[in-house]
Amino acid sequence: MLELKNVSFSIEENGIKKRIINDISLKIDDNFTAITGPNGSGKSTLAKLAMGLEKPESGQILFKGQDITNLSISERANLGISFAFQQPVKFKGITVFDLISLAAGKKLTIDEACEYLSQVGLCAMDYVDRELDSSLSGGELKRIEIAMMIARGTELIILDEPEAGIDLWSFQNLVNVFQEMHDVAQSSILIISHQERILNIADKIVVLDEGKISRIGSKDDILPDLIVASNACEHFALKGGKK
Amino acid sequence: MTLVLDKKDPVKNKIYQNLLAEIADMYETPMGAYNFRADGQGVQKNTTANIDIVTKTDKPGIDIIIKANTKNESVHIPVVISQSGLSDMVYNDFYIGENADITIIAGCAIHNTGDSDSTHDGIHSFFLEKNAKVKYVEKHYGEGEGAGSRNLNPKTIIHMKEGSYMEMDSFQIQGVDYTKRDTEAQLEDKAILIVNEKIMTGKKQYAETYFHVDLNGQDSSTHIVSRSVAKDNSKQVFLSKLNGNNRCNGHTECDAIIMDKAVVTAIPEVTSNHVDASLIHEAVIGKIAGEQLNKLMTLGLSEEEAEANIISGFMR
Repeated sequence: MLELKNVSFSIEENGIKKRIINDISLKIDDNFTAITGPNGSGKSTLAKLAMGLEKPESGQILFKGQDITNLSISERANLGISFAFQQPVKFKGITVFDLISLAAGKKLTIDEACEYLSQVGLCAMDYVDRELDSSLSGGELKRIEIAMMIARGTELIILDEPEAGIDLWSFQNLVNVFQEMHDVAQSSILIISHQERILNIADKIVVLDEGKISRIGSKDDILPDLIVASNACEHFALKGGKK
Repeated sequence: MTLVLDKKDPVKNKIYQNLLAEIADMYETPMGAYNFRADGQGVQKNTTANIDIVTKTDKPGIDIIIKANTKNESVHIPVVISQSGLSDMVYNDFYIGENADITIIAGCAIHNTGDSDSTHDGIHSFFLEKNAKVKYVEKHYGEGEGAGSRNLNPKTIIHMKEGSYMEMDSFQIQGVDYTKRDTEAQLEDKAILIVNEKIMTGKKQYAETYFHVDLNGQDSSTHIVSRSVAKDNSKQVFLSKLNGNNRCNGHTECDAIIMDKAVVTAIPEVTSNHVDASLIHEAVIGKIAGEQLNKLMTLGLSEEEAEANIISGFMR
């Protein structure tokens, strides 16, 4: 479905060119794929490259066999890619209802908008008329962001750290939402995450490190090693802690 | 009942009807009290048991007198101009009795297809008695492709007695070439003034808005928010002057989106003359945030559609 061929991306920091994505080739098929890896490994950049929010300096991006490397964000969106921002964007004067309607691509009834909001655990009547501005908490904004993904229901949904800012109590419900997007709506999910519980429902896990794929495989292959690695703190071990 | 402002000239009447729809969403004769002014003349008037409208004899304009304790009534006082070259000046005084709670819908629309300038200057004075409550909505609009400009210069002077409340919503969304808005208010104890202003300019238009609020009374407060969009080569100036003369709260905010080659200036002047006066001025001027455009484009909108949605939301 989504294929990256020899994709590289750099930024300039204080006049020095820094490679963020280093010649990555990756095929994401019709399944639930999680991308994980340490901070700064290039996960979010990779997601943005797929949506067109960043343009690669070299390489090719294909979606359903079509070369989309030079297509705009809107064109990719209309081909069937959605993107949930890690930090949801705020708007003055635009309401939750407006955005859910824009996401659905049609004028919704209040009931329809409420249906989407209820799925992410928001009591819809409290939210439809509210502006998507700073009066909403980070967790509320994240849920609305995910509700927009449900409303879009595209073939590919990219979620950039959807768990950030969501309290643990609601977490399991959201995991269910992602699974439903995949199982019921038949969307392919590409999710950037550090959360074991999210990695746990992935069919495939891609581990990035310094802009390269360090490992790729099924959840059962990758996850056990990841958990061990995250416990490995040498200082703790030296002081007599468990390693 | 369909509105007829000019019985003899159907073409002109149609223009008037369109203008009224723009500024007051008005398609029919409204309920309650009203006064229509068209091309410098009062053309229709209606009063109610609680609301009297008296035409001034010494100068153009009307006195609107609202009895104490009047509730749930409205007054419509739209002004329409279709004559190129007309310069209209009007004085309207509003007397709002104690404990009254009313809505006033004003507005001015100019249709100028000629080459001479058309101007409407309105001086509106409000006298709110104790605990009176007013919602005042004012829309300004211009249309017509003539070389003559459409100018609107409203001056609003607000006197607020103890415990009174006024909410002023003003909109200038389209077609006004030159505007100089001047809003002055004096607040006594516990009086509250809320202003929501929306201004959009384009082409070579110029808009200036000036607020001067004296918070004289204890626990008086004001909250003034001006949102604006400046496009093309237009210019806008926002100036707010707050004087905190007692224990009070004052907040003014200028929030502007700038596009193309437009210029926006925000000038605060907040003076605390009392140790318990708390005054805040905020000004944010900038182009549409790239991430807002990006977000809407990820929902499938084109860049132009995204921009239009952001602006219409901001100006709502």
